Amino acid sequence: MDDLLSKIAGGYNYIAYITIMMIGLYAVIAKRNLVKKIIGMSIFQTAIILFYISIGAKKGATIPILMHDHGPEAAEHAIKAADYINPLPHVLMLTAIVVAVATLGVALSLAVKVYQRYGTLEEPEIQDQINKS
Amino acid sequence: MEHSVNSIVPLLAVLVSIAVVPGLASARWPNVREGFTFAAGVIKLLLVISLVPAVLAGQVVLCHVVEVLPGVAIALKVDALGLIFALVASILWIVTSAYSIGYMRGLDEHSQTRYYSFFALALSATIGVAFSANLLTLYLFYEMLSLSTWPLVTHHQDREARSSGRKYLLYIVGSSIGLLLPAVLITYGLAGTGEFSAAGVLAGKAPYWLVLVLMLMYVFGLAKAGVMPLHSWLPAAMVAPTPVSALLHAVAVVKVGVFSIVRVLTGIFGVGLLAEMDLGLVLGYIASFTVIVASLIALSQDELKRRLAFSTIGQLSYIILGLSLLVPIGVTGGVLHIVMHAFGKITLFFCAGAIFVATGRKYISQMNGLGRRMPLTLTAFLVGSLSVIGLPPAGGFISKWFLLVGTMDAHRVVFMVVLLVSSLLNAAYFLPIVYRGFFKKATEPEFQMGFKEAPSWCLAPLLITAFCSLLLFFYPQPFLRLTQIAVAGLFGG
Amino acid sequence: MSEQLPAFIIVAPLIGACLIFIAGFTRRGLCYPLAMVSMVVALGSSIGVLHQVLVDGPLIYKLGGWDPPWGIVYNVDALNALVLAVVAAVALVNLVASRQFIDAQPFYRIGAFYALYILAVTGLMGMVITGDVFNLYVLLEIASLTGYALVAMGDDRAPLSALNYVLVGTIGASFYLLGVGFLYAMTGSLNMVDIAQRLPGLYGSTAVFAAFVMIMVGIWFKAAFFPLHSWLPNAYTYAPPPSAGLLAPLMTKVMIYVMIRMMLTVFTPAYSFSFGLLNQVVVWLAVIAIVAGAIMALAAKDFKRLLAYIIVSEVGYMVGGAWLGNRLGMTGSMLHLVNDAAMTLCVFLAAAALSFRLKDTKLTSFQGLFKTMPFTMGALVIGGLSIIGVPPTCGFFSKWYLISAGIQAGAWGYIAALLFSSLVNLILFFKIFEIAYFEPFSAHGHGHDNGGHGQVSALAVREAPAQVVVPLVVTAIGLVVLGLYSKELVAGVIDLGLPLGLK
Repeated sequence: MDDLLSKIAGGYNYIAYITIMMIGLYAVIAKRNLVKKIIGMSIFQTAIILFYISIGAKKGATIPILMHDHGPEAAEHAIKAADYINPLPHVLMLTAIVVAVATLGVALSLAVKVYQRYGTLEEPEIQDQINKS
Repeated sequence: MEHSVNSIVPLLAVLVSIAVVPGLASARWPNVREGFTFAAGVIKLLLVISLVPAVLAGQVVLCHVVEVLPGVAIALKVDALGLIFALVASILWIVTSAYSIGYMRGLDEHSQTRYYSFFALALSATIGVAFSANLLTLYLFYEMLSLSTWPLVTHHQDREARSSGRKYLLYIVGSSIGLLLPAVLITYGLAGTGEFSAAGVLAGKAPYWLVLVLMLMYVFGLAKAGVMPLHSWLPAAMVAPTPVSALLHAVAVVKVGVFSIVRVLTGIFGVGLLAEMDLGLVLGYIASFTVIVASLIALSQDELKRRLAFSTIGQLSYIILGLSLLVPIGVTGGVLHIVMHAFGKITLFFCAGAIFVATGRKYISQMNGLGRRMPLTLTAFLVGSLSVIGLPPAGGFISKWFLLVGTMDAHRVVFMVVLLVSSLLNAAYFLPIVYRGFFKKATEPEFQMGFKEAPSWCLAPLLITAFCSLLLFFYPQPFLRLTQIAVAGLFGG
Repeated sequence: MSEQLPAFIIVAPLIGACLIFIAGFTRRGLCYPLAMVSMVVALGSSIGVLHQVLVDGPLIYKLGGWDPPWGIVYNVDALNALVLAVVAAVALVNLVASRQFIDAQPFYRIGAFYALYILAVTGLMGMVITGDVFNLYVLLEIASLTGYALVAMGDDRAPLSALNYVLVGTIGASFYLLGVGFLYAMTGSLNMVDIAQRLPGLYGSTAVFAAFVMIMVGIWFKAAFFPLHSWLPNAYTYAPPPSAGLLAPLMTKVMIYVMIRMMLTVFTPAYSFSFGLLNQVVVWLAVIAIVAGAIMALAAKDFKRLLAYIIVSEVGYMVGGAWLGNRLGMTGSMLHLVNDAAMTLCVFLAAAALSFRLKDTKLTSFQGLFKTMPFTMGALVIGGLSIIGVPPTCGFFSKWYLISAGIQAGAWGYIAALLFSSLVNLILFFKIFEIAYFEPFSAHGHGHDNGGHGQVSALAVREAPAQVVVPLVVTAIGLVVLGLYSKELVAGVIDLGLPLGLK
């Protein structure tokens, strides 16, 4: 497990996803336009998806599909776990992508409603209108 | 040793006035509503009286209601101490109900249904405190009393009532949440129980400093007792209608405060622990300070009810002072003073109310020559004053006598001086009122128009309580006997 | 049949939600009965499961017959069986009260509302019952997404508040997901029990610590733990009353339960309470949360906003109690979770009843309400007393445990914060009662010195319809009953669910 730790410390994939995540977080916090914020949120989610994909990835391995039947000769082709990619993180990310899309849909439709109500998506302008009323 | 019996009677005595609230609230005619009030009062008194023989026989009546937390129950226990208080409160409730009718109708007050409903709730809570078997139950009824009296204090619903109501809540509930509740929890944490017992539950469980801090938390947390500096809610609460002031602020609320202090100090700390740690002295000085300062402030008050309020603050601390002596006679005096002061002070408040109803006057400086117009009321006022000052032939003399003997018994000369000085001050702020009324020339024109007392619903109760004050001087045995049983129990004899 | 009960808890509302969605287009009249049926089935199954757990001990339900750790399992012990029952009961009571509001909405919203409502309940109950950390994420998002939509159904600033909620909520859920990823990378498992068994060898690992912190932060986002609460006040203030009545009592409470579950089941107390400094920091954060919530509530001019800040405070109570690191604190936290769900339901239903007649919930419009809406105000008084912590209402007893736990742990700051917040709650509620009791100043002679400022509307108000008032009064009575049965709840349920090792 220690090598995994060092991988966390040194792996470029982790640095990449952390960078992307921070970009997303920055957008959510610092941007004043609601759609930009939503984009930031999406970037943030994508970074986590990347993280999952990368922990499941393995060089030179293949997809985990059994090439042979369950018949008597199956025993000759003993499954070596090292030859396969762990499929679970990828499967999880299919779900996460669905969730992300749904969230994006909800967020965008809310943005539409906000636009209908205030005629703008810039937060300061919306705030002005709220303060005025 | 005392033995206990289980009975549901204490619970009924507590609940009977809650039970009439729906009746009160839905009554269409005032007569029916007040009929309910009286019925509840009489039933309550009878229930309380029915407990007397058992207690006189040395028994303790228990009633386990419900165990709300593991090891912590809501439970009632009737012993002599609680019974004395319950008797006083339930007797005076009936009298006050009669007085309320006269007062509220006489002034044509609004929202009388609400008034009687919360009055009944407050009485339930009072009896509940009297019969509490442990700290949790005491806290429950104590808070119930605080909250149910808030609408009574603010009855007039004007700005003054609102600000008084705020002050009332902040002092009473604020101190009970801020000081009493943590003290209760610390007690449960240290002792594992909050059951009242003569031996106390804290002995050997806590170091000196913690016991001292806990004692101060209880004394000030039970702010209804009006120990200075947490006293100023009481004068503020005088905006309430006079019957409320009379029963709640001379009898129920403030007495619940001192009763709780007596209960907690004797039942949780135990007389033995207090004596061993010499905490009586600390308590005594706190009480003495309040006695003297409150009496001095009372001298300068011109509004009659405010003067009475400050007098109450001082008198309450007599009871604590009596307890702080930690000798049987002193404690007897303190407990008896709960009774004597109740009858005396309620008479005074009734008089103040009667004067207000009949003449609309509430300042002492306007009462010159009042005696010609309201001789009966003023005579009753004189009797009440004598009782509070502690002069014969009024009941207050007996309790004060015990207190004085107690100070000698405990070799506390300082406290004896405090009591004597305070008695002089009491005389100085009460007797001039009577003098003005009877002997000064009337300055208000209407006082010369001859005899006109308040309505008889107002007058009769104050005459009754004045008579009771006199009676208690000549025949204090029932209460004295109970007090002696209570004190014997506290001192483990 | 009875061994399938745990599945019913989730499946019944899930199917119900789909049917309601369809009915929303074809037979609109069916929506409400369908919602009621699915909630009643869910509540019945929850109570059945609670009964089974209390009689037979914790049970494991394998979804689709797959064995753990490969398949998803439902682990039910006394704690989450209790929370399930609470969630179902609160949702049902609020559903009864919702009808009056929803019928007044545009027709196209009726089906959508009930479908979202039931789906949100599914998500909340699923989070409580599931034994799989990733499944929990999915259910969390189900509850959240429906929650966003439910909030957005309000008028005025609701969509904007909901959008803010989406942004913050998604960040929170993503943190949780990231923590789960770390855990998975370290243990290779998603099953809670399985992870707990594999973790002890990895306790020293930085990655596990990172997972722990990220999961906690993610949960705190969703539980509105100060300073991560920014989404909550606006969302609950502008949400339509039926949505607020569902989300306010349940969303934060369920997240607190998830936190406790993570601390007890996944990371186990041995790990969760092994960082002396971290524990203290969290308790101090809780202290800040309690105090900040109380102070912000003092400044609120709108009743619902005031209640929202009280929730922020209450979340501090529960997080602090759970992190004190002793059994009393955990008990208090769980008990407060149950009680607070009931209390919050009570006050939000009262807010709903008030907004039904007053059209807004500004404190200044409360004048004279004790006369005009006595039942609503009576229930509000009980709810308020419970939040203040006056016996015999339930709020007192959980506060009792929390303060006792604070004394045991020597966390004086926490105790002081609890007492401070009780006092502030006293001021807050009596401010409301005062307005409702005093104003307009009685015209009866004594002092109507601010009369004639045109606030006549207060006198035209009537009591809210029975469909709102009855659930409200039932809830208020429930607060007292819960209080009197605290011992049964503590000794008979919560105590069974806490791990024996926790002292």
